[in-house]
Amino acid sequence: MTSLWEYANPVRFMRTSGRVLRWLAPLTGLVLVCGLVWGFLVPDDYRQGATVKIMYLHVPAAMMAINIWVMMLVASLIWMIRRHHVSALAARAAAPVGAMMTVIALITGAIWGQPMWGTWWEWDPRLTSFLILLLFYLGYMALWSAVEDADSAADLTGVLCLVGSVFALLSRYAVNFWNQGLHQGASLSVKSGERMSAAYKYPLYLCMIGFALLFLTLLLIRTRTEIRTRRLAALHAREARA
Amino acid sequence: MIALLVRDLRLAVRAGGGFGLGLAFFLITCTLVPFGVGPDGALLARIAPGILWVGALLACLLSLDRIFALDWEDGSLDLLATAPVPLEAAVLMKAAAHWLVTGLPLVLAAPLFGLLLHLPGAAVPWLVASLALGTPALSILGAFGAAVTVGLRRGGLLLSLLVLPLYVPTLIFGAEAVRRGGLGADPTAPLVFTAAITAASLALVPFAAAAALRINLR
Repeated sequence: MTSLWEYANPVRFMRTSGRVLRWLAPLTGLVLVCGLVWGFLVPDDYRQGATVKIMYLHVPAAMMAINIWVMMLVASLIWMIRRHHVSALAARAAAPVGAMMTVIALITGAIWGQPMWGTWWEWDPRLTSFLILLLFYLGYMALWSAVEDADSAADLTGVLCLVGSVFALLSRYAVNFWNQGLHQGASLSVKSGERMSAAYKYPLYLCMIGFALLFLTLLLIRTRTEIRTRRLAALHAREARA
Repeated sequence: MIALLVRDLRLAVRAGGGFGLGLAFFLITCTLVPFGVGPDGALLARIAPGILWVGALLACLLSLDRIFALDWEDGSLDLLATAPVPLEAAVLMKAAAHWLVTGLPLVLAAPLFGLLLHLPGAAVPWLVASLALGTPALSILGAFGAAVTVGLRRGGLLLSLLVLPLYVPTLIFGAEAVRRGGLGADPTAPLVFTAAITAASLALVPFAAAAALRINLR
């Protein structure tokens, strides 16, 4: 039995991820298309009309926006504790995907909010904390691209991710305090049991799985790109020295 | 540690510029707002808490890159890192010097600027209290941002992008305390939260800032 940590070896990671991607990518496409088409075909809601269908983009994107930040935090911690380069590169690769998920959640929310609440944007706690999350993503990405030395960049962004996580969480509760909101509570919740009829719920689950798979696929592809970029830089550096 | 604090303060005073700059910037912000929103006293009174806090925050941001940049350039930061004093303590002292030079003048001058913006009299003590409790957090968080960006060219712009989201909770609670004070409501809850953020930041952020400095000095 091989240890999980051996996948921190880039060569091994490249080999395994290549093999995984070969079936992960088609699976992602399949689940996403099924989920979104099913979501598109659900009957109109009696109150929200056809706009309810935007939920199938909005909710999974919002979910992934937060999950990706958590994944970046875990990857940064692994890098800082065990110095696995693939981990740091995975955190770097995840950030733009997370930022895009945040943007998708904000834009679909605005498109939904216009007919429902009569406004594109409201300074509501949930909306505002997503905007702040986007700022954290932007700062994180900017820091990655600003530092030249790769290891220093990984270290600094790791520290930033750690501090940023604390403050992102703090902001989340601070904005609650600051303004009572317009956004409805969680649509799916384990505790409250049935809140959404099955006709709407199952396509939503499928879309959530599809978005999670999409993130995994993009993460693997982008991490592979990062590794190749780093190899290329190493080759160039060796050539320059020779 | 005290020697470091005194040295930083002396440098700040002798170099000029840095000392009054934050205050002048604060004054200009408060002067520009009425031009932007119109000289309506009632409106100004309503938005004054927010404007004063945002102004304080921006004035603080203005001088952040000076915390470590000068010491980085002349190499004294390397000496500090190898000094017998822990780097965390040095960071704390640097932030304290920054606060004494920019934060404290803002706190002291705030009532005057509140007057300019028609801030209700009842809110003035709360403005001073919330700034006094909140601006140390701005300084120490800023020291973290400055530590992260110290080795970078054009670090100043990046610094503001990194630091401003970190300022959000402090801004919310600080301005909320002033707003409630002005309305005659009980402002202790947001004030306590502001103090809590400052206390937690002072306790934890120096470690992150020192870690970032060590990475940059490597």
